[in-house]
This record gives sequence, structure tokens and C-alpha cells, in this order.
Amino acid sequence: MKILVCISKAPDTTSKIAFTEGNTKFDENGVQYIVNPYDEWYALVRALEIKEAQGGNVTIITVGTAADEAVIRKALAIGADDAVRIDADPKDAYYAAVQIAEYAKNNQFDLVLTGKETINYNGSQVGGMIAEALDTPFISVATKLDVNGSTMTLEREIAGGIEVVETGLPVVISCAKGMAEQRIPNMRGIMAARTKPLQVVAPVSVEDLTSFVSYTMPDAKSACKMIDPSNMDELVELLHNEAKVI
Amino acid sequence: MSVLVYINSSTGIHKSANEAVTYSKKLGGAVTVITNGGCDAVTLASLGKYGADKVLVDRSVNSNDDQQLTRMIATAADSVGATTVVFSHDLTAKAVAPRLSVRMKAGLISGAIDLPSGDGTTKVNVFSGKAFGAVKVNTSKKIISLLPNSILPEATGSDCAVEDFNGNAGSTNVKVITTKKPEGEIPLPEAELVVSAGRGLKGPENWGIVEDLAKALGAATACSRPVADIGWRPHHEHVGQTGVAIRPNLYIAAGISGAIQHLAGVNGSKVIVVINTDQEAPFFKAADYGIVGDAFEVLPRLTEAVKKFKG
Repeated sequence: MKILVCISKAPDTTSKIAFTEGNTKFDENGVQYIVNPYDEWYALVRALEIKEAQGGNVTIITVGTAADEAVIRKALAIGADDAVRIDADPKDAYYAAVQIAEYAKNNQFDLVLTGKETINYNGSQVGGMIAEALDTPFISVATKLDVNGSTMTLEREIAGGIEVVETGLPVVISCAKGMAEQRIPNMRGIMAARTKPLQVVAPVSVEDLTSFVSYTMPDAKSACKMIDPSNMDELVELLHNEAKVI
Repeated sequence: MSVLVYINSSTGIHKSANEAVTYSKKLGGAVTVITNGGCDAVTLASLGKYGADKVLVDRSVNSNDDQQLTRMIATAADSVGATTVVFSHDLTAKAVAPRLSVRMKAGLISGAIDLPSGDGTTKVNVFSGKAFGAVKVNTSKKIISLLPNSILPEATGSDCAVEDFNGNAGSTNVKVITTKKPEGEIPLPEAELVVSAGRGLKGPENWGIVEDLAKALGAATACSRPVADIGWRPHHEHVGQTGVAIRPNLYIAAGISGAIQHLAGVNGSKVIVVINTDQEAPFFKAADYGIVGDAFEVLPRLTEAVKKFKG
């Protein structure tokens, strides 16, 4: 089985979120980039488990600049066979999805895995877009994936419940919590990652469909109003008259 | 201008559907709803109250199959000449809207929290709710996926026409084996009031006081990640970065310290009440109202106060 795992970089969860250049650009000053957790913990680790159980090949792909190679090496340290970097700085999900779909099409992957969303843009867009470009089914927010020959059995979250579905190959799957357990790279993995093949591919020409024009921060929270634990009538009164939520 | 709005009516018409129709109406122009499945015509016609001019329903499509839904919505968009397609940003939208974006070559605004502003950009949540982005669409057609609880539904009109529609949805490549629905009465992402608890409750047998308060308020219940991980509560109740992201009007958290990953799932809440024995708990920094006290005493007292208030 040939598995393609799409990864994106994301700022470490504890990063300070700020913007520069007149609030048009994310301030990368002092920000540590990690592999987007959904891509790493769920998509990549499940791909490796499938490979370990029945053989095959796991390729990591990202659309990014040379600066993103450190993040690719972090993912390789967890255990993929090789990696591909589409050499571009994507401005929207569509741009990235078309690049990945093009590579997947030319290289005949059976299974394309993504995380359910990135923790910086939270768009949940790339997986569905790749699936449409490849004209394959898309199983979104999957929490379980079992492979039986060319039949994939999955559990996915749907509005108000869980659905167990079956589908064939090729298929695109976005992965959520439950799919696999996070793995910590060991020293051997980190050493091996340094020499694993990382192919740089030129992008195809694509026009962005959307652009982020500017960013704003939420209004600062006013100080927390402390309520006497014995006086819950006061809290109810405040929730009703001041906050107007009940 | 013509707006098409997709509604998931498989379990009836939810508040989020009324929000999406109200939002579409406010965009201006004719509003057509496209839906599928077995929801009865009388229920569907009620969407007219919120601004729909017409509801199209393809009764041959009975699944959550994203390929079928994408084809159906694209056919409807062509048929009514829609320049904007609106979704409620739920799990169906997260699967279908990106596909439709590629199919229609229409820019997708994912997780919109407001109407487009004067400069043509639309505000969305980014960085897990820690900031907002203004998104511009570069194409003539656009798709907006609206976060639940971003706009108040306004019922000002009357029932509208419901017409059968053939969306040429084609066949499905996905076989549904089983569907499990949790017992929860209010879907968490849509709930306006949420009562949540964490490890401070000490064990699953103590959840009665959380449920009592939720019941008194008419709220949904939620929990923190550790509580779902150790199996005290079901996973679909877990709110936070890796669980469900919610933005209710009121979020009451008892016995949750407020780690950054938990805040990422709840910081869109309008009002946050935190109950914790530890006055240094980081959650107090994100709270509007704080109570330093024992959840086992405070929750029942609050439940009584709510009951008294509601008479």
C-alpha cells in the first residue's frame, strides 16, 4: 500500500499569537514550529501502523519553503520512508491542495491521509479539496481506520453521532483523535531522519481562491469578577441582568 | 444576487439551519435552500420564516456521502444561478464545502463569524479562537461556512414553497454499515448554555451535580480531556483543542484548571464562569465570573439558585 501523509507546520500550542506589518502577517518572531498535531499524532502514526502491519510505503508531503525542512525532518524522525516538499509558500488551502493532488495523481497513491484541521487556520479544507481534485471519496474526521485488503472500514464523526463506513481505494481521509496514539521520536529515528530522501518538487501554476487580508486580536477580557461561593443567587442575578445570558 | 444555502435536515431543522438562512437573507438577494433526505415538507417550509424564498429537496440522497452532496449542491447552484453558497460550519460542511470549492472554483470562507464587512472581507476564527482573520475571496463565486452561534435567527417571514429537486447526485462509493447517535438532547456545538466539569469532580459517579445544573438551566453537558480519556465521560462531550470547539453564550466550568488546550476549545464562549478550589487556576484569567470554592458545594447551590430564579 502506498500511503501519502500531508503535513503542515503549525506554531507550537504555547506560542504567543501576534501580528506584524500592520496586522497583515503572523509574527514569527520567537515562534517554534511543530508538525501540526492532527497530522502527526493521528494521520502519520496511523499510516506507520498500517505499514508495520502489512508492508508498504509512507511518504510525507508538505507545500512549503526550504525553511520548513526542519519540520519535515521532525516528521521523518517519527518514521516515514521519505518526504516530498512542493517548493512554494502557500497562501490558501486551495493552492496547497491542488499541489498535493497533482503529486498524488502522478505517483498513484492508494491512501492519502491528512489531519482534521491545522491548529493555526482551523479551516478543515485541504483534505476535501484533494479528494475533489482526485475524484475520490473523502472520509472526514475519521477516528478509526481498519484496512482489510482494499476495503477500508472507518469510524467517522457526523453531525450528532458516529457513522461506521466502508470504502475502497483510493481514498482521502482526514484523521482525528482516536485514530492512533502519539509517538515520541527516539534517537535512532532522529538520526535516520537526517539522511532520509527529501525530494523538492516545483509547484504547478495555480491561482489562490482566497487571501487573508488582515488579522485582529479579540478584545482583552476584563478582569474576572469574583463571587462569594455561598452567594449563588448573586451569580444568577449577574448572569441574568449584567451578562444577559440566562 | 442569488444565495443558495445547504441545510442538513436529516434530524429535522436545527437552530444552526435557521441561523444559516437568516445569514443568507442578510447577504441580500433571493435565498434558495437545498437539502436532501426524508424531512417532511411542512417542517422544511418553516425555513421561509427565516428568509428562504424556496426550499429544494432531493429525496433520492439519503446519506452523508460527500461526493453525492457536492454534486447535488453544485447542480442546485447552477440551476438557481447562485453566486454565494452558505453552509452551517458543522461536520457535513467540513467535508462538503471544500469539495464544492474545487468543483465550482469558488473561494471558501471557513468558519465565518460575521457578515461580510464593507471592504468585502469576512471575519473568521483563526489560531484556535485566539485571533480573527479577515478573508477576501478572489473569485466571482464564493462559499461561506458559518460557525454556529454567530448570528441570531430572525423569524420575520412566512412559510415558503418546497419543491422536489433532482440534484443528479450520482452513485455513492461509501457504504454505511451502522450509525450511532449519542443520547445527548442538545448537540454540543449548537448549545447556547454548557455546563462542563473536569478531574476536580473526582469520579464519574459524581456527575449527577453537573447534570442537575445542566437540567435546571436547559444546558448541554461537556467535559475536559482527561475526564474523557480515563472514560468517566463519553468522548463526544470532550471540549478543547483535540475535542469539540464550542462557542456558547454561557460556559460554566467546574473543576477544570484551564490548560491552553482546553481554552482553545471554549474561548469563543461569550461568558465564562469558572468554579475551582485553586484560586491560582489559570482558567480564572479567561473567566468573566469566578468562584473559588468546592464544586461539590457550589454546583448544588447554583442549581438551587437557578431553580429559584426560574420559579
